[in-house]
Amino acid sequence: MRYMIIVKATPESERGVMPGEALIAAMADYHEQLAKAGVLLDAAGLQSSAKGWRVRHDGAQRRIVDGPFTETKELIAGYTIIQTRSRDEALEWSRRFPNPTLDGSACEIEVRQMFELEDFGDSQAAARLRDMGVGGGR
Amino acid sequence: MAATDVGRAIDAVWRIESARVVAGVARLVRDVGLAEEFAHDALVSALEHWPRDGVPDNPGAWLMTAAKRRALDWLRQVALHARKHDELGADADARGDHVVSDIADAIADAEGDVIGDDLLRLIFTACHPVLSADARIALTLKLLGGLSTEEIARAFLVPEATVAQRIVRAKRTLGEAKVPFEVPAADALQDRLASVLEVVYAIYNEGYTATRGDDWMRPGLMHDALRLGRMLAELARDDSEVHGLVALMELQTSRAAARVDPEGRPVLLTDQDRSRWDRLLIRRGLAALERARVLAEAGRQALGPYALQAAIAACHARAATAAETDWPGIVALYDALAQAVPTPVVQLNRAVAVGMAFGPRQALEIVDALQRGGALRDYQWLPSVRADLLAKLGRLGEAQAELLRAADLARNARERDLLLERVHAMARRSGAGGGGVTDD
Repeated sequence: MRYMIIVKATPESERGVMPGEALIAAMADYHEQLAKAGVLLDAAGLQSSAKGWRVRHDGAQRRIVDGPFTETKELIAGYTIIQTRSRDEALEWSRRFPNPTLDGSACEIEVRQMFELEDFGDSQAAARLRDMGVGGGR
Repeated sequence: MAATDVGRAIDAVWRIESARVVAGVARLVRDVGLAEEFAHDALVSALEHWPRDGVPDNPGAWLMTAAKRRALDWLRQVALHARKHDELGADADARGDHVVSDIADAIADAEGDVIGDDLLRLIFTACHPVLSADARIALTLKLLGGLSTEEIARAFLVPEATVAQRIVRAKRTLGEAKVPFEVPAADALQDRLASVLEVVYAIYNEGYTATRGDDWMRPGLMHDALRLGRMLAELARDDSEVHGLVALMELQTSRAAARVDPEGRPVLLTDQDRSRWDRLLIRRGLAALERARVLAEAGRQALGPYALQAAIAACHARAATAAETDWPGIVALYDALAQAVPTPVVQLNRAVAVGMAFGPRQALEIVDALQRGGALRDYQWLPSVRADLLAKLGRLGEAQAELLRAADLARNARERDLLLERVHAMARRSGAGGGGVTDD
């Protein structure tokens, strides 16, 4: 089973403040534990929303809206993908994820199970998604 | 946390942590069976305390401390008895002396963190050549894979009692042979590591091409082996073949979803829907293969057999369609593999590649020679490959006969069905107008 651990943004990550040594070390240690357990598949950080943008759909209209965006708590700052045998194992690993704020204040990590290829069914559109490698598979 | 939640959390923690706990205790008591007992005692203690006190922040450390405490208590008891033996005038028990000095080491070690080394020691012990292949697999899955006896039994389609016995006997054999709990010395390391890789790949293959029962694949087992391989790659970072094996497993697993069609029937690699190949695993596999290559070059060595097989799998992975496959490149890799592993099976696989690269006639010569050699008499893939080549040369009657022969030899219901289907398909084609299409 594949799970994505989603790190939500913090005021610091949104301001583009680089994490300090302590946090980098904690993140490195944690991902090292994942790798040593053979469960780490992938991980990446996302730059602040100030550098990003949104495409707003409104009926047939499409509008580009530049970041930054204000609802920090709902923004994504990074993800880690793990392979576990059960939901319970994914839960336990996620419990150990370091606090992403620089000062240990309140923030959130969200964990979602990933779809496997089969879940998309056999429609033509789904097949084209798969062609592009979207929805990684088992 | 509800009681059942805590129970499941403890189970998850155990699966994640048990190998390290057993490894850490084994260094103290020098006996894997005993180490497992003390680790299990710690688990029982967790089951008593955590529902009441909550799951600790560092559950692994909690279990390790609890297990090591029990181990040290036991060591003190043994030393105490040994000393009493001394006082009664008996000869100093060599084991007693050994144990006394160990306690000092043990207490000192308890402060250090050499868990990586301990895990390596455990892996080498579980895969020790004094054990039978079955025993090594069972012990490795139990001690390092975090599987229960029941799960191992289910994975290999044997009764749970059989697996339990296998594990008990394995631990006894290790004790009787006085197998030391250590990483092998430099001169034995390569051979012993090869033995470890063999165990991991055997587990993988059981999942990838199930040899018993009706399932074509057992994905859970594939992932167990992959996990073990990745663990090993972290512990033995500088060994090329370890990364080669991981690369091979990542790349083979990348095709898992495509190997079975929507009706659940096996699909040959060249016929697979490549959009179902897992890009993430392909990326990981190629990265591991690159690491294997870099290490081999640094050591001025040729790529080993696992890395070569991974390189062949990489050729397939890189081809967007079957038609774009670099078959001559694959033949060259098989040439190298056949040198390292000169077995008939490798020769047969090489023949398939030769057929794709240079035409069926050349390939059939190789396969005919293998058939005359007789070594692959009971191997269903020989007649199966021969059938393919014969069909391409228009010799459909002979091809069908070979497919029937192959179906007889199939070890697996799904493989048999696939072969019989090809017979029917071929009969339909020859019924529709005789003669095949030569494909030189």
